[in-house]
Amino acid sequence: MIHPIPAGTRDVLPDEMRELRAITAALGGAFERAGYGEVLTPALEYEEVLRTGDANAAGAGYRMFDEQGQVLALRSDMTIPIARLVATRFRGVEGPLRLSYSGHAYRAVAHGSGQQREFLQNGLELIGAEGAEAEAEVIALTLTALDEAGLARHRVGLGDGALYRTLLDGLDVPEERRGPLLDCLSQRDLVTLGRRVEELGLEPGARDLLVRVPELRGGAEVLESADGPLGSGLAREALDGLRALIQALSERGMADRVILDLGLVLELSYYTGAVYEVYDPAVGFALGGGGRYDDLIGRFGDPRPACGVALDVQRVHIAQAAEERLQ
Amino acid sequence: MREARLTVAVPRGALFGDTLDLLDRLGVDTAEVRSNDRKLLFEDAGIVTMRPSDVPTYVEHGAADIGITGKDVLLEAPERDVYELLDLGYGRCEMVVAARSGDDALGEAQRRLGRVRVGTKYPRIAERHFAETGRQAEIVAVKGSVELAPLTGLVDGIVDLTATGRTLSENGLEVVEEIVTCTARLIANPVAHKLKADRIDALVERIRGGRE
Repeated sequence: MIHPIPAGTRDVLPDEMRELRAITAALGGAFERAGYGEVLTPALEYEEVLRTGDANAAGAGYRMFDEQGQVLALRSDMTIPIARLVATRFRGVEGPLRLSYSGHAYRAVAHGSGQQREFLQNGLELIGAEGAEAEAEVIALTLTALDEAGLARHRVGLGDGALYRTLLDGLDVPEERRGPLLDCLSQRDLVTLGRRVEELGLEPGARDLLVRVPELRGGAEVLESADGPLGSGLAREALDGLRALIQALSERGMADRVILDLGLVLELSYYTGAVYEVYDPAVGFALGGGGRYDDLIGRFGDPRPACGVALDVQRVHIAQAAEERLQ
Repeated sequence: MREARLTVAVPRGALFGDTLDLLDRLGVDTAEVRSNDRKLLFEDAGIVTMRPSDVPTYVEHGAADIGITGKDVLLEAPERDVYELLDLGYGRCEMVVAARSGDDALGEAQRRLGRVRVGTKYPRIAERHFAETGRQAEIVAVKGSVELAPLTGLVDGIVDLTATGRTLSENGLEVVEEIVTCTARLIANPVAHKLKADRIDALVERIRGGRE
C-alpha cells in the first residue's frame, strides 16, 4: 500500500536528521556567539500580515480559513513575520536588534520541478543598523557560519536591488518601458533585455551601459567599469554603497569571498539596497540569500532600517556532504 | 558541477549539427560526439547530449553549467531558473497556429461554439497565445504528430513549430497565425554564471566575435 506525502515534502530518518541537526547547530551556534538571539514565530500568519510586507504575500502558496472565516497563510518567508514581531514585541526598544531563527517556510511548487514545498531555513536579521557596516556584518557572519557547518568553497554574490532601476531613471527611460526591462532582468533573460534596450533608441553609450551592467560580475574592478565614462555617476548611490560594503568586507578579510554581480535581482519586492545570494560549486541552486529592507518594518508601524540573510538548510547539507567527499 | 571546465548540455535533434559546428569553431573537439550516436556523456569534451526539452532541467540543476536549446523549449518551461545569455541565430522556426486549409475551422468554432479546441505539444505557449488574443481555447496535449489531430476532428487547429511549412501543407494544413520566431539560445546555470563567470564570459565573447 502507498500512503503518499505531498510532492516537495519529506520524512527525515535518523541518519539524515543527525546531520541536519549538526548543521543547524553549527549555524545557530555561530549566530548565537555573534549576539543573535533566536526567535520563533508561528508557521501560520494572517494573510493580511504577509500582504502588508509584500504585495504578493512573498509568494505564499497555501491559504485556509480559520473558524472565524479569516484568511490564514502558511509563511513563505521568515523575514516578514520577523518584521511583524519587531514592530509589535520590540516597539520602543532601542536598536540595533540581532535576531536569528530556524524554521520551516512553504511555497507552491510546479509538479516534477524537484523543488521543495516545505523547506527549513536558518537565518538572521540585523535590525536598526544602517549602511555598509551592518551588511558586512551579516555577510561575514554568513560566510563564517557556513565554514563552521563544514563548507569550504562557498561564495557570496553581491548586488544592489535598486541599481538597475536607478540607471533607468537616470537615463530618462519612459515609465512604461521600465517594467518590462526589469522583468527581463529578474527572469534572467538577457536576450530579450538586449532587444528591448535596442528599441529604446538611446545614444550608444547609454545603450551599452544598460546592456552591459547585468553582465558585470567579478571583483571591485566591476564597480569602476560601471561608474566610468559610461555611468558618469548615474547610479552613484548604489555604487558607492557597494564600494563601502566591499571595503568593510575587506577589513574583515572577506572581500575575496564575495563576487560582485550588478545584474543580481531577487524576487522579493521588499529589498531596498544591497542584495546577496550564497553559492557553493556543489549545488546548482543558491544556498540562500538576503539583503537590505529598510522600508519593511515601517509597513508594520515601526520604521527601522534592517538587513538579513536566510539559508536553505537542505541545500547547505548537500554542499557539506560534497565537501566531505572531497576531503 | 565540476571545477575545471564548463560542462555543456547539447541538444540532439534539429539543433544538433549546428550546435556541434559552433562548438568546433570554439575549439571543442566534437569528433567523438559526431561518431557515436548512442553514447550520451562525453567527459573529455565536457559535453552531455540530451533531448532539447531536457536541456533547461540539466542546466537549472547545475548538472550542466551551460546549454543550448530552442526558444520554444524555454517558452514552454518558464519556471526553469536559468540565464538566457545569447541568441545563437540558428535553428530558426516559427511557432504558428495552423488549421485545415480552406474551411476556417478555427473561426467557425470560435463564432458558433464560443471556444476553439487546439492540439499541441506546447500547451503553455498555446494557452498563453489564446489568452493574450482574448479567445477561449480548450488545449488538447498530444505527444506525437500533431498534424493528425485536426484531420481526424480531434481539434479545430494546432499550435506547432514549423521551419518550412512543408509537413503542414503535405497534410492539408495551412498557417493561420504566427505566434513567435524561435532560434537556438545559449543558457547558463545561475550559480555557474557567478562562480565560473570568467569562463562563461570568455565563451560568450568568442561566440559574439565569431558572428560579427
